[in-house]
Amino acid sequence: MGGNLFVNYGEAVAMILFGIGFSNLLLQKNLIKKIIGLNIMDTATYLFLAEKGYIAGRVAPIVVNGNTSVEKYINPVPSGLVLTGIVVSVSVTALMLSLTIRLYRRYHTLDMDEISTMLKKEDQ
Amino acid sequence: MDFVQNFPFFSILLSLGSGVLTSIMSKRVARLWNMFILIVITVMSAVLFVYLLGVREPYTFMMGHFPAPWGNEIRAGVLEAGMALFFCMIMLLSLIGGQEHLDKEIEDTKINLYYIMVNLLLSSLLALIYTNDLFTAYVFVEINTISACGLIMITQSGRTIEAATRYMIMASLGSGLLLMGLCVLYDITGHLLMSNIKDSVAFVYAQGTYNIPLVASIGMVVVGLAIKSALYPFHTWLPDAYGYSTVSSAAILSSLVSKGYIFLLIKIFFRVVGFEIIVDTRIVNILFVFGLLGMIMGSVNAILENDIRRMIAFSSVAQIGYIYMGFGLGTTMGIVASIFHILSHASTKSLLFVAGVGLTDASGESRKFADLTGSGFRNPMAGIAFTIGACSMVGIPLFSGFISKMQFAEAAVQNSLQKMLPTLICLAVSTVLNAIYFMKTVIRIYTPASKNVKRTQAGEAAIIGVKEHPLYNVALILMILLNVVLGCCSQPIVDWIIDGLAMFG
Repeated sequence: MGGNLFVNYGEAVAMILFGIGFSNLLLQKNLIKKIIGLNIMDTATYLFLAEKGYIAGRVAPIVVNGNTSVEKYINPVPSGLVLTGIVVSVSVTALMLSLTIRLYRRYHTLDMDEISTMLKKEDQ
Repeated sequence: MDFVQNFPFFSILLSLGSGVLTSIMSKRVARLWNMFILIVITVMSAVLFVYLLGVREPYTFMMGHFPAPWGNEIRAGVLEAGMALFFCMIMLLSLIGGQEHLDKEIEDTKINLYYIMVNLLLSSLLALIYTNDLFTAYVFVEINTISACGLIMITQSGRTIEAATRYMIMASLGSGLLLMGLCVLYDITGHLLMSNIKDSVAFVYAQGTYNIPLVASIGMVVVGLAIKSALYPFHTWLPDAYGYSTVSSAAILSSLVSKGYIFLLIKIFFRVVGFEIIVDTRIVNILFVFGLLGMIMGSVNAILENDIRRMIAFSSVAQIGYIYMGFGLGTTMGIVASIFHILSHASTKSLLFVAGVGLTDASGESRKFADLTGSGFRNPMAGIAFTIGACSMVGIPLFSGFISKMQFAEAAVQNSLQKMLPTLICLAVSTVLNAIYFMKTVIRIYTPASKNVKRTQAGEAAIIGVKEHPLYNVALILMILLNVVLGCCSQPIVDWIIDGLAMFG
């Protein structure tokens, strides 16, 4: 068990980063810090995929010198997944940032809790 | 291959493409075009549904040129086609019912943007229903989230922007977990197509070598989707998002968006992991506990609420709890009951939202209970519709809510004692709580307003005649009909769900 953890240290780091990002997104009050947490979380997933896709000693899946042996190349699918994931996370981040800008213009703060209290005051 | 089998692909592509097109249209054209596309997709889904009922066999549809283990796939059976048909109908009715409010609450230049969001939402829902590829499902989950966020924040007020931000934060947490879970699952099984994953998972689980990562990945996927569909402790964004957005958005969000995720979860249970393994890992027990908690706490919160829209929103938390409780029973009967409840809740909740807005309109735009007194007389159609929706939610026979509660109880009785007792007790308590806040509202709207009650806004609220809002009333009548059909002709529908689940895996 412990040995596997040491051999796959890349994945272990990815999981720790995922946890850091997740808790930041959940617990931080500041919206910008939340968004940073979101990005750390997504990037950790890509690190995990990249680690899983790479096989030590093999080359990028582009056929050179007519060598089509499966043994020579790494798995290309995780790289494709990472690309798709990056596109998704870019759009989510952009949306979150635009929402943050709007909230900041209205309430002049980035603190979610303060914004909630102001909203409650507005109602009364 | 029959031509009809292309329809899932056509409907996804059509709504995706028309979403892009509406961006350059004027307000009126965008609305007509959107209606047209929705009706076309509804008809296509209906044709596919009838076709599949005849064939009684699911089929897979190859997307692109690469066959099964590598390429992307669509898979359709009766359950998927029926769900697509149902979702399209609810979306159509919600849009018609809330049309006047769309015009009133959204800036003129932005109405076509609203229809982009609606079209993207529909295409992502259809893709979630039909896709047979996990990563495609993830991408469409994100599209669904983003367009739902657009639906919330289209009315620009502090409340809606804050609600949209909260929604995005919770949804990002959910999709992060979902993505990580999918990656670990892909890592263990080496496949992305659902049917292939199922074979590998069965093999890996029997071997027992990767059980901890396997259970962890399933757990992450399930928790991720539970967060996104607002299971009880993760519901904090929900009342604001449903309570302050425009009425069509609220109806669509509560009856379709969360249901899309739940449908994906059912798909993961049956097609990706296999239901036996899900039950064996005891993940369902966690869903069971939180489902029960949600049923009680959602209703308690709804009772404490003093705003009719937020009350209906909290009632959604309770109903999502019912659905997860059905999953938690860990039997196929429980899942059948949950799927029936998805239908019943979707039709009832959209009815309640649309009727509720009619009542608040008749009370000078106020949503406080004190001002709603007697609004059932001022807007008779909305009053009747709200009463019927309330009866259905409480579980009065003839309406759909009764059937789903009966299905839950039947599923519970067939279960072990440990699960049967809590289920039946919570069902009873939750029904009583439902009755408290819904009947309180119904009595309130049919209490004649005394002259002492002062109308703060807009003076004396006008009586809204039935004939003044033809579209709104037509939408309400159709929703009531749908509800009564679900409640009175439930047996064919339950048979359809059982058949669909059998050919789902």
